[in-house]
Amino acid sequence: MGLDSVLLARIQFAATVGFHFIFPPITIGLAWLLVIIEYLGWRKQSEIYAGMGKFFSKILALTFAMGVATGVVMEFQFGTNWAEYSKFVGDIFGAPLAAEGVFAFFMESAFLGLYLFGRNKLSRGLHWFSIFMVALGSTISAFWILVANSWQQTPAGFVIRNGRAELTDFWAAVFNPSTVIRFLHTVDAALITGAFIILGVSAYLLLKNKGTDVAKEAMKLALIFGLVVAVLELFPIGHEHGREVAHHQPAKFAAIEGLYTSRTAAPLVLFGIVNLAPPELKAKIEIPGLLSWMAFGSIDAHIPGINSFPPDDIPPLWLTFVSFHNMVVLGMYFIGITLLGVFFLLRKRLFDKRWYLKILLYTFPLPILACQFGWMATEVGRQPWVVYNVLRTVDAASINVTGGEILFSLILFGLIYIFLFALYVYVFYKEVSHGPQMVKAQEVRS
Amino acid sequence: MIDLNTVWFLLIGVLITGYAILDGFDLGVGVLHLFAKSNEERRLHLNAIGPVWDGNEVWLLTGGGALFAAFPVVYATIFSGFYLALILLLVALIFRAVSFEFRGKVNSPGWQKLWDWLFGLGSLLPAVLFGVAVGNVLRGVPIAENGNYLGTFLQLLNPYAILIGILSLVMFVMHGALYMAVKTEGEYQARMSKWASGSWIALVAVYFLATFYTFFAAPFLFENILSKPLFWIFFILLLLAIIYIPIAIKAGQYPRGFFASCATITMMIGLAAVSLFPKLVPSNIDLANSLTIYNASSSHLTLTVMLIIALIGMPIVLAYTIYIYRVFKGKTVIGEDSY
Repeated sequence: MGLDSVLLARIQFAATVGFHFIFPPITIGLAWLLVIIEYLGWRKQSEIYAGMGKFFSKILALTFAMGVATGVVMEFQFGTNWAEYSKFVGDIFGAPLAAEGVFAFFMESAFLGLYLFGRNKLSRGLHWFSIFMVALGSTISAFWILVANSWQQTPAGFVIRNGRAELTDFWAAVFNPSTVIRFLHTVDAALITGAFIILGVSAYLLLKNKGTDVAKEAMKLALIFGLVVAVLELFPIGHEHGREVAHHQPAKFAAIEGLYTSRTAAPLVLFGIVNLAPPELKAKIEIPGLLSWMAFGSIDAHIPGINSFPPDDIPPLWLTFVSFHNMVVLGMYFIGITLLGVFFLLRKRLFDKRWYLKILLYTFPLPILACQFGWMATEVGRQPWVVYNVLRTVDAASINVTGGEILFSLILFGLIYIFLFALYVYVFYKEVSHGPQMVKAQEVRS
Repeated sequence: MIDLNTVWFLLIGVLITGYAILDGFDLGVGVLHLFAKSNEERRLHLNAIGPVWDGNEVWLLTGGGALFAAFPVVYATIFSGFYLALILLLVALIFRAVSFEFRGKVNSPGWQKLWDWLFGLGSLLPAVLFGVAVGNVLRGVPIAENGNYLGTFLQLLNPYAILIGILSLVMFVMHGALYMAVKTEGEYQARMSKWASGSWIALVAVYFLATFYTFFAAPFLFENILSKPLFWIFFILLLLAIIYIPIAIKAGQYPRGFFASCATITMMIGLAAVSLFPKLVPSNIDLANSLTIYNASSSHLTLTVMLIIALIGMPIVLAYTIYIYRVFKGKTVIGEDSY
């Protein structure tokens, strides 16, 4: 059969991870915000915050279930579709996945059960502790999965022996050059996502005049929280992550920044239209020297462009540039929109601005989109390598799985995921449209 | 002195057993869901396992991760070799996971019926497929000299593997029925008690048949088995546990019956492991091609690191898992927050 099994396996992997990655950022962000909300409900004995906690916990539960359902696929797919990869890197790559199970999955799922079903069985303190453990567990989970991913980007702590990568230094592999900054970048993106979920939902409630007491307090909290995490994402986190990529993955850096020719005083491209042959940017808007200064601390620094890498080693140029720049634009927008909201809040006019509430409502999917863009930029930017400079993607796929089998599973997953996504949106909307229920005062104090 | 590879054989066994005991009962409850008679019963099912099923499924994920880390060649060979079977398993687990959340969110009989079916079938399929997978591993799979898997999907559906699939199905149904008997009272509890007794008879019959069949399907599993002390320990404990189950059911001591069922599952897996050791996946082309705990393992360093991770992590996991089961101890009550 003429089916390209490696290409199909890549499409399937991208589709299943991309779909899965809609949910964990929502879960992580919402969980940490619920830690704050439930804490206020507990300490202030506030009916508003208790009602808010219960309301958003339903969205957390729904989203978490989607994350679990689509996440199981990921744990197995390395073996099913990337058997050669699994054999080659199993000595290193399996450990973080197992650690994620032991240190994170058990924690988050066990305590989520306790949090959702224990509202009336546990003391308020223990109930708060259980959502804290959910948030902590989901963040530790993000850590270990990003350890695994970062090792693919900037591998360390290993040698090639017996035809495979063998571990020589566990801590060097775990804290490889991109782990910490990628972890901060991704978790902060999740916090932004969570904040905008709450902002969007609250804006909806205010516009529909439902549960406005809860919605107003939730919006205040999420606006301030959202502004802080959105600013941090730009500086220092985003900036440092960019520097890290410039130092460790120069081909990816050149691709995402649209630097096609090596030069000193490289400009920061704000806008451009990618032309592939020959690689060049049209209609570009750029700031001279800024890229060199940002990446290497000097306007005169020399940065290798796409032309300085062998043609076999460069990533796809269009997708990397477009996804990266869209992510940055969205990141800027999140700062601007929350800044505006905080400004209105300080002037006590936030809840009169219906146009602003409408913008917030329609903004809530955008952080999820930004996460997807960021993920595309980093993963496509790593190509053609599955382990950067060590193993090529074409050499990583299972050799005994046929193109036809993968096509079958790809179509199956595709249909199921479209179906599930439609249901998720529908049930999400239904939950939100019910509005928050007041939690009785006795319940709050017990 | 046992070596690290053997320790990891044991630990993978512990994870598989943990999974079979814990997710085993909620898969069993899911199968029983197909036979429920009223909406109250269905909600009872969902809420009896609701707080814990997700944590139970993590044993599978952790088992998969640990297999990847400790025996990457087995992970890669089996998962790619059993491709279509695994895809089916994943699809079933996806629908099962979301049906908890989706079912109760729309107040329409058609909607709920859809999710009841998906939840039931999403439990039935894994309950059978896990057995089919184990059956194929025990019987041996076509592994070439270079370690490549040469089989096809249809070869996985051989009579021996299907028999083991039925074995795991009846085992989980009995286990799930005992769990539900613990969590309920009255008429429904009496029905679950009958289900448990019925599936106990089926389990004994199928296990007997499967053991007999194994003599022909995989005679190598019985080599030197009688000289292994562990075999005798597991065998005797299995006999005691399996005999105790109907006694406990008759006396209405369902928690004891449930624990005996846990022990039965543990001993059955233990016996399979003893007969397999030190092989992980026998090759039915030539036993010399089998994947063993030595030729399929990670490096010494990785096994050591992983052992440290397991020794730190698993006691903590066990501690809060036990705590959470204690919080949700007692009969399942349908309340305001229920599914």
